[in-house]
Amino acid sequence: MRVAGLPAQARVVVIGAGIVGNSMAYHLACQGWKDIVLVDKGALPNPGGSTGHASNFIFLTDHSKEMTLFTLDSVRQYKELGVFTQSGGIEVARTAERVEELKRRMASSKAWGIDAELLSPAEVKRLVPYINEEIILGGFSTPAIGTVDSLRGGTLMREKAQAMRALIVAPGTEVTGIDVENGQVRRVRTDKGDIETEVVVITCGIWSPRIARMAGASIPLSPAVHQMISVGPVPLFADTVGEIKYPIIRDMDTNGYERQHGSDMEVGSYDHRPILWDPDEIPSLTQSKLSPTELPFTKEDFDESLEHALELMPDILGDPAVGIRHSINGLLSLTPDGFPLLGETSEVKGLWSVAAIWIKEAPGIARCVAEWMTSGVSEIDPSGSDIARFYDHQKTQAHIKGRTAEGFNKTYGIVHPREQWDSNRRVRVSPFYEREKGLGAVFFETAGWERPNWYESNKPLLAEYGDRVMPRRYEWDARWWSPIINAEHLAMRDRVGMVDLSAFAVFDIAGTCALDYMQKMCVVQVNLPVGRVIYTSLLNPAGGIKADLTVMRLGPNYFRVVTGGADGMRDRKWFADHLPDDGAVQLTDLTSSWATIGVWGPRARDLLQSITDADVSNEGFAFGTCRFIDLGPVRALASRISYVGELGWEIYVPFEQGARLWDAIWQAGQPHRIAPVGIGVYGTTGRLEKCYRAYGNELEQEFNLVETGLARPQVKPQEFIGKEAYLKQRAEPPATILCTLTLDDNTSRSGFKRYPMGREPVLSPQGERVVDRHGRGSYVTSAGSGPSVGKTIMMSFLPPEQAKVGTRLAVEYFGERYPATVAVVGPTPLFDPQNTRVRS
Amino acid sequence: MNILVGIKRVPATAGQITLTPDGQEIDTRYLGFTVSPHEECAVEEAVRLTEKHGGSSTVLTLGPEAAIDQLRDAMALGIERALLLETDGREWDPVATSSAIVEAIEAERNAGRTYDLVMFGNESADSAGYQVGVRVADALDLPCVTGIKALEVTDGRASVRRQTESGWEVADVPLPAVLTVKEGINLPRYPSLPGRLKAKKKDIEGIKPAWRDGGLEKLRLKLPVQAGHSVEILGKDGDAGTQVVELLQRLRLF
Repeated sequence: MRVAGLPAQARVVVIGAGIVGNSMAYHLACQGWKDIVLVDKGALPNPGGSTGHASNFIFLTDHSKEMTLFTLDSVRQYKELGVFTQSGGIEVARTAERVEELKRRMASSKAWGIDAELLSPAEVKRLVPYINEEIILGGFSTPAIGTVDSLRGGTLMREKAQAMRALIVAPGTEVTGIDVENGQVRRVRTDKGDIETEVVVITCGIWSPRIARMAGASIPLSPAVHQMISVGPVPLFADTVGEIKYPIIRDMDTNGYERQHGSDMEVGSYDHRPILWDPDEIPSLTQSKLSPTELPFTKEDFDESLEHALELMPDILGDPAVGIRHSINGLLSLTPDGFPLLGETSEVKGLWSVAAIWIKEAPGIARCVAEWMTSGVSEIDPSGSDIARFYDHQKTQAHIKGRTAEGFNKTYGIVHPREQWDSNRRVRVSPFYEREKGLGAVFFETAGWERPNWYESNKPLLAEYGDRVMPRRYEWDARWWSPIINAEHLAMRDRVGMVDLSAFAVFDIAGTCALDYMQKMCVVQVNLPVGRVIYTSLLNPAGGIKADLTVMRLGPNYFRVVTGGADGMRDRKWFADHLPDDGAVQLTDLTSSWATIGVWGPRARDLLQSITDADVSNEGFAFGTCRFIDLGPVRALASRISYVGELGWEIYVPFEQGARLWDAIWQAGQPHRIAPVGIGVYGTTGRLEKCYRAYGNELEQEFNLVETGLARPQVKPQEFIGKEAYLKQRAEPPATILCTLTLDDNTSRSGFKRYPMGREPVLSPQGERVVDRHGRGSYVTSAGSGPSVGKTIMMSFLPPEQAKVGTRLAVEYFGERYPATVAVVGPTPLFDPQNTRVRS
Repeated sequence: MNILVGIKRVPATAGQITLTPDGQEIDTRYLGFTVSPHEECAVEEAVRLTEKHGGSSTVLTLGPEAAIDQLRDAMALGIERALLLETDGREWDPVATSSAIVEAIEAERNAGRTYDLVMFGNESADSAGYQVGVRVADALDLPCVTGIKALEVTDGRASVRRQTESGWEVADVPLPAVLTVKEGINLPRYPSLPGRLKAKKKDIEGIKPAWRDGGLEKLRLKLPVQAGHSVEILGKDGDAGTQVVELLQRLRLF
């Protein structure tokens, strides 16, 4: 039975008409899509989702560049729609730790180019006369902050799409199924009729996991409660014209906020116990008194927040005539890592997720995803929010619930950049785990893998190396860190170290057309002799860097791809999406089949030669090659490359033989005083000294190969994805150039030596932002200790004028500027620039 | 003056009511709890009277431990003390309810506390029995007026009004008395933050009245057949305005 007006076919069906769904319909129409159908089981303009009760305020600064760019773009769009009201916003500090954190907010604001300042309590009170300035220590103020009418904004965007004759809207239409054939979307079933389509966009917020499951896909979010009350009428607000006059206050240390809304004050909290909801348990529209996302208020959970709010604004909130007029347990979406869920799902082609998004970033994200859906490329790099990033274990309810509950109370929290999760640990362990535990490994988690960051058993090395381990005295800089990392680094460079690299994602690419396929995917020449190891980037069609990895040619049409654990699933989808339809090339994920040990250092060859009959001399086993060798009873794949810049090999061993290999290497290493070495060295100190780039830090879609210094002298004659754009990039002068800087003097005003960690703004010595011709401000992409060179090393993109060896600059860290000098322009290593160690 | 207000915890239902599978209870999984709008007005009236005449106010409920939530709501508006007649959650019919309330009032009288005024909402929001106020008055041998929409107290007497088809009935009642209140007698206030926090800290006195049978036995709940909806579009633009005015006149709204 088909209800009149519901189309039988569509180019795309967008499910959910909240702020995200409306924005998606509009931006797809802007991209030229026609025959868009937007459905929602509820009525318009407010179908009852989270948008309907949202607090609707937008704070601009996030420590994440990606989220900040989405937010700034969204504000621009809201302003164009005429639904944005500027009010200003202030994050206040009640504790000394928070005062420090506000300096970090300032630094991020500078890095991303947002106007902000730090205020004294008296200055806060001048802007917000009803605040109790006696209990705060200061504030971080951003004048451009404001509120939006998100319902109106969404409605306007939807109407624009309708005016473009691109969109049909079907409210009161409930999706009952999504048909998938051969892994591809075919049809959406609703209670008003079926719609044939090959593209479905899920924008239903907290209902998204349910809808995705109809298609056999996973959207790993959890609905969660966030409480809010509205009190009024506030006498002071009686003369306000419009919805807000006073700045919004975020009471960071108590996880609360207060924003004026007309004559009321809305008080919200992220401080209560995490209250997660099952997506299948959400009440229907008719079962809800207010709406499915406005659940009955549980007073006991909010009482503490009431006290905090009362304490902060006693005159307004303590007035007996000011009553609590509205109170809800609002539902919103939380994800395990706190980032949205964007992109085509890994399980079903044509099924797109645009979920777990806040009002403040919705239109910006929608523009990005619409561009992505249309041309495969977007202006803002969404990699951190790509839904393809999740491994299977991260899609389980146990993981989703554990992490979202743990993350909830950190909403306004002070989260150290290296901070580790508590919940759901020890899911993925390598065969070396028990050995590592025995050596006092301090485990950090990446993609579910437990990886030793350093080993406590190396403590005696501290005495051996003294101050060369660059100890840190200031607690924040030394948190989630140890000087042992630097000691391991020195020991490895002096003799030999062994590193657990099992978190690598490994895929085999094989088939009659594998060579042609790999040639198309990779920037560098792939048709090299069997046994060569190829380091290459992969580009998207616009020439943005999509991946950075190594490929081993194991046969004429047989390649093994190795990429970082954090990038593994995104990279796998990229490869899988480009496989030829006829099955002439197959991808097999062998991550769980191979464990990996890296053995590096001047003694690495001596060690390896002592346990194998294979010829591992420099002539017998050249740099950049790989082959199977026998190490005792273990036949392993040895690959002579090095991300730490030392002589050595990555050794790939079948998982079940891992422990045996570890023991063999460990034994053979004893006469050479081998040190177990953690990721603190592999991921930071080792590679920074060699100026090796890392994906997510230096490498992302925003900067091209020329700018990152990875452009080779020649471009291969064969076609590859992004070649045309890359050739254009090579023909132009770069707008910015990746450089390596050293910190000259890191002594703070109070006498402590400080150690930046990354994302700090890079400024002129006078404190001005350094900006390239595209308006992008310079910031530290990676920072860490370089024990062998005795300096703190930082990388940053700099405009050509500043990209010269010797240029003096500054880095702002917790409110102070520290002098830094450009040490290297481009990819030449700081340590062992001739690469003699690696090639020895 | 000493005022006692009786309230009853009920689910705050939405458009669609769902029953538990055995048909015995309303499914309250998605629901908050509240009291009837008549009772909200009774509480507000009690607070206003003590604000005007001095004295003390008490709120009382017969219900499960969770009903403490509704008692605290009343205290957040200014009621001074609360008394819980705790049940195991079973539904008590009006006869049993009134009997337990009368017991509690008599126990208080023996302890030296008497009430000048006992107020109830006209009926509860769920079972709407409309009996408890009258039965309590009868048992205590007190005068009772139900459905009142205006109340003035002077010199130990209450002047009350209630609405009928043809106008207002006025009564002059000597105190002590039992009055049941109809929504519309006042506009209840919202709780303030300090009010809520003060109420949170107060102790609640509790007794556990013994179960007794009333006159009613619940067999099960049944949802009534929903009347179909139809929508009639009166008109568009200017023409619709005239139609709306005619409709309002037909409804005798002005």
